[in-house]
Amino acid sequence: MTPNLPLVILVGVMVAAGVTLVLERSLTRILIGFVLIGNGVSVLFLVVSGPAGTAPIVGLSDEPMSDPLPQAMVLTAIVITLGVTAFGLALAYRAWQLTGHDDVQDDVEDDLIRRRAEQDETSVTFDEADAALPDEEGSDAPHHREIHEVPATTVPEALDADDDTQALP
Amino acid sequence: MNQIVLLPVILPLLGAGLCLVFGRSARAQRVISVAILALVVTVSAVLLYRADHFGPQTVNVGGWPADIGISLVADRLSALMLLVSTIVTLCVLLYSFGQGIVEFGRDAPLSVFHPTFLVLSAGVSNAFLSADLFNLFVGFEILLVSSYVLITLGGTGARVRSGTIYIVVSMISSVVFLVAIACVYAATGTVNFAALSGRIADLPPEVSNLLQLLLLTTFCIKAAVFPLSAWLPDSYPTAPAPVTAVFAGLLTKVGIYAIIRTQTLLFPENDLRTLLLWAAAFTMVVGILGAVAQSDIKRILSFTLVSHIGYMLFGVALGSAAGLSGAIFYIAHHITVQTTLFLVAGLIEYRSSTTNLDKLGGLARAAPMLSVMFFVPAMNLAGIPPFSGFLGKLALVQAGVDDHRWLSYVAVAAAIVTSLLTLYAIAKVWNRAFWQPAEDAEALGADSHGGSMHGRSGVSTKTERTSTWKVADDGEQRLPLGMVVPTMMLVACSIALTVVAGPLLAFTARAADELQGRSAYIVAVLGGGG
Repeated sequence: MTPNLPLVILVGVMVAAGVTLVLERSLTRILIGFVLIGNGVSVLFLVVSGPAGTAPIVGLSDEPMSDPLPQAMVLTAIVITLGVTAFGLALAYRAWQLTGHDDVQDDVEDDLIRRRAEQDETSVTFDEADAALPDEEGSDAPHHREIHEVPATTVPEALDADDDTQALP
Repeated sequence: MNQIVLLPVILPLLGAGLCLVFGRSARAQRVISVAILALVVTVSAVLLYRADHFGPQTVNVGGWPADIGISLVADRLSALMLLVSTIVTLCVLLYSFGQGIVEFGRDAPLSVFHPTFLVLSAGVSNAFLSADLFNLFVGFEILLVSSYVLITLGGTGARVRSGTIYIVVSMISSVVFLVAIACVYAATGTVNFAALSGRIADLPPEVSNLLQLLLLTTFCIKAAVFPLSAWLPDSYPTAPAPVTAVFAGLLTKVGIYAIIRTQTLLFPENDLRTLLLWAAAFTMVVGILGAVAQSDIKRILSFTLVSHIGYMLFGVALGSAAGLSGAIFYIAHHITVQTTLFLVAGLIEYRSSTTNLDKLGGLARAAPMLSVMFFVPAMNLAGIPPFSGFLGKLALVQAGVDDHRWLSYVAVAAAIVTSLLTLYAIAKVWNRAFWQPAEDAEALGADSHGGSMHGRSGVSTKTERTSTWKVADDGEQRLPLGMVVPTMMLVACSIALTVVAGPLLAFTARAADELQGRSAYIVAVLGGGG
């Protein structure tokens, strides 16, 4: 089978553009990227199905007909992409309702670590004996100890605030 | 008689439709869902018996020949997965009734929950039974789309945040799966497993390696294999307890099932075993290190889930019959135990309104029943003899040692270290939530409340939550029977797995032989059928 080169290039461009968009922060852009990738893959199925022929109905004509199987698959894939995109849009809308933007937010843990790094805090299990040593940024020890006296229990709280106990609506 | 293979897929879909029709009546929905799932459990049991005694059960949907149409196959592996997963789904459904009734009153309709839950069950069954790649994709999509709805149930801020990550990752993995299917079709002209098994062997090794890598990438994202596992611990813990439980039990295992099916049937001459072994070892160790570092029960459990996926992958990567048999046994064990633990975490959360280890304490004295329900599956997970977790790990380690390659020994070492660290993580939960005197926890909790006052927006969520839960701080909260009984049932199931471990291991050995022999499956799909 000789693949159709323009179609292959089209697939490449669409998927590349889609991937670029998926790497964005905004959920709407991610969804547009997903749609682009999905459509690119649908075109890939066209490439896969080989040279175009007549409509795949037996007895319609004597000329070679197209392969119907990839078409059936691509139809299913399109429907699924449609449904998932619709759900994603609803989700983006909900995120916008709740927060005023639809940016994908950071992992709770990442957020926590960053916040604590900014405050120059140590963890709950931090060894007291080592506290006198200057930390990486070379901040002086008294400052360090002062922070340490406040029990560094922001960790559980932050996790807790995000974890939602409300069960089924 | 073979037509019953269709039922595990059709019945839940039918039930979902009925549930939507009776969306106004919570009681009707409950009756329908339970009846349907109980029926599916029965059908699965029959299928398991028939698959074991009469070979793989096949049906070609709509009477199309297998290589163009859709066929469903229940061989030993599929049937066992199906039975375990439906039993677990049924128990979780009962648990969700208990929780729903307690929180929202007897007649509050949960109009979306039941249909979605049943569709999820249909998707899982379809994935286990499908005999071609594209139907497997459809099965995955059915279960994923319903899982999107379930994980963002209620649309609260935390769930939208974690749900978004889950959904984007799943969408991307689905697209990769589609690319893989397109490539497989381009290379071989079919997507039927049985037909593929012959044709892939004729391909040049580069092409077949490419196909194998594409499929493995897809399934490893779904199964949360390191380094593609980062999405899981962040997205699971925020969902409602029954949803997390059923996800943890089933969804990743569907990924592992797909890996087993494609590795054994399509790529028996496996060039990527080394890669898989490394992935397995890293999944085990990295996952459990994450669990050790956490201080929230649900997050600890999510990390152990990732870590223990490594055990199953290890068994598959060995490629020997013993390894496969161990992996299949381990899946059955892990589905039950992990689901039970998440349900127990839900009970703890219900009782104490938190799963944070810094605030829990004294549960062993205050709720001895709960402690037992946690202790048994927890020890099972950590692999303490004589539980099934120990037997599964033993089978895998034996298979690994028999492999006689240095990398297998590395993986065996990783497995043992992981087992120890699991025990450590579980012991931490036990010591702090159950044995630590409640006063210590209260002191800590009070401190943390004071400490959190400066400049934190999350505090408001906290107070709001306590009020919705109406939980008394004096620890007198009684656990509702509707949630306890299903959890007890699952604990009993996990103990039962230990009791029947001998016959079950013999069964998984037969299943592994069948997978490695391949001919029974191929003949059943392409030869007879109908």
